[in-house]
Amino acid sequence: MGSEGSAGQHPALRARGLTKEFRGFRAVDGVDLAVAAGSVHALVGPNGAGKTTLFNLLTGFAPPTAGRIELAGVDLTGLAPEGFARRGVARSFQITSLFGQLTALEHVELALQSGSSLGWKFWRSAKLMRRYTPRAMELLDMVGLADLAHTTADALAYGRKRALELALALALEPSVLLLDEPTAGMGLEDVDRTVALIAAIRAGRTVVMVEHNMSVVGALADRVTVLQSGRVLVEGPYDEVRADERVITAYLGEGAVRAAHS
Amino acid sequence: MSEQSAPEQETAAAGSVAVEDQAVGVRAEARATATGTPVPAGGTIVPRWLRWALVGSALVVALWLPNGLYPTVAVDIACWALFAVAVDLLLGYTGLMSFGHAAFWGTSAYATGLAAINWGLPFPVAVLLGALAAVVLAIPVGYLAVKRVGIYFAMVTLAFAQMVYYIANQWRSVTQGENGLQRVPRELFGLDLTDEYYFYYAALPIVAGGLFLVWRAVHSPFGRVLVAIRDNPARARALGYPVHRYKLAAFLLSAFTAGLGGGLFAIGHRFVSLDVLHWTTSGKAVIIVVLGGIGTLWGPVVGAAGVTRLEDWLSFAGFEQIGLVTGAIFVLTVLIFRRGLWGTLAHWLRRR
Repeated sequence: MGSEGSAGQHPALRARGLTKEFRGFRAVDGVDLAVAAGSVHALVGPNGAGKTTLFNLLTGFAPPTAGRIELAGVDLTGLAPEGFARRGVARSFQITSLFGQLTALEHVELALQSGSSLGWKFWRSAKLMRRYTPRAMELLDMVGLADLAHTTADALAYGRKRALELALALALEPSVLLLDEPTAGMGLEDVDRTVALIAAIRAGRTVVMVEHNMSVVGALADRVTVLQSGRVLVEGPYDEVRADERVITAYLGEGAVRAAHS
Repeated sequence: MSEQSAPEQETAAAGSVAVEDQAVGVRAEARATATGTPVPAGGTIVPRWLRWALVGSALVVALWLPNGLYPTVAVDIACWALFAVAVDLLLGYTGLMSFGHAAFWGTSAYATGLAAINWGLPFPVAVLLGALAAVVLAIPVGYLAVKRVGIYFAMVTLAFAQMVYYIANQWRSVTQGENGLQRVPRELFGLDLTDEYYFYYAALPIVAGGLFLVWRAVHSPFGRVLVAIRDNPARARALGYPVHRYKLAAFLLSAFTAGLGGGLFAIGHRFVSLDVLHWTTSGKAVIIVVLGGIGTLWGPVVGAAGVTRLEDWLSFAGFEQIGLVTGAIFVLTVLIFRRGLWGTLAHWLRRR
């Protein structure tokens, strides 16, 4: 961890002046963000506010045009995605992103193996990966997929795929877990299950999530950052942010504020 | 990995990823066009007894081959099998379509030929040196190529292969230009290997070794990572795998195997011409893989046997337009058996 002072003095994840430009268009424009260790921090905002771009910046999937990213005080700016992952930043994907032909168990085994050098051993048998099976089954059990361990990802129902995404992220033992719309496209029942799951796994972890469903944000988030046009519009606890006029305007337009006041 | 008897869902390519990574869209498109078929995972679902029966019968066929065919053709089949399996390690198991593998096959052919001519080395040593020369060339080519995906990867490999071709053409003092390397010796501790029949058996252990190397790699923890990268590179990176380095390692392994084939080809023909570096040589290897079955190891071997045998038969019959026939067969195979000959058979066996 950071050489200057203890890790506790630093936010778990911090962005300073983070900017991403695409051909002159600023998708993310000077965002400052400090995510306290052990908290759940939600990123919300209307479509096109730059949430997904910010997410990609925070996980190394896009290099920032300007600004810095720090993990517990350690600068990660410029690292590749695998560098972020290896230093304890794990992410899930908005659009379910798995290895179609591999089974759920093989997925988690691969995630567990990524920290070791076993993946390079092209002269050894793949059976060696069985050393990860017990821990992988534990993780699958935690997300309710133990029965489906031998099902290929393609054959899993949508909600189950999302659960597998979570198991993969957890397998990396991350210090910061970034969830990109963990309940996107889910039915009510799956949303409830996912909220319960995130509430269960957040213990001892820092979670950053992009989420559209405000009831999910309300149920889980300690703090909320509202983005608009690539900038931070408001930041604060959920109830405060929810009542903020600027936020209502951003989401619903001027009329909604007047309606709310009348 | 016959243990993993999970329900096989043959619908990979269609519903894969679309992350905000510029590369991914291109990759998905490239897989849809380049590979064209749903590719089975690293683990196949063939029962163990059938697997051993296959290996057994392949061994019998391999040992019988020069008795049933012209030994020269048998040697060619063995060389092309190595080459095609090398291409399939990238195309079928890593999701990379190299259109420039003639550079490695041909570089090894020249290096092997030169080592045999100038130093009089035993031919297995010359072939090994040739394959290592191919690996040395593959380091810079692979390093630059794996940063691109899909059609761009294919173009970068093709461009390098063309460069190698022109260098070989110009560098006459070494390659003898259009005359080629003549009278490549076939030395093996004073044994008389001038008869192709005996040379075939002397070369067989190298072929078996090369095929085993790729089989081992595909069924290793490394191979599992490659399949993950093939299915979803962005996801593999998010799990912490340095995707470029893995692709480069697969590229080097593939170049080595292609080099073994090219080296044996040089010794087998006792002659190396510029043809070994020509882009049509790369193309033929890809065609063999697609005909046989992408993402299978038997497929390229079967494809190599079929294409080589057919070409020999056509040229023996005095037919001039060999490409017309093999091309038509290629088109028909792709249209009727999307998974290739072996791939279709394996798929059919698996579903029963």
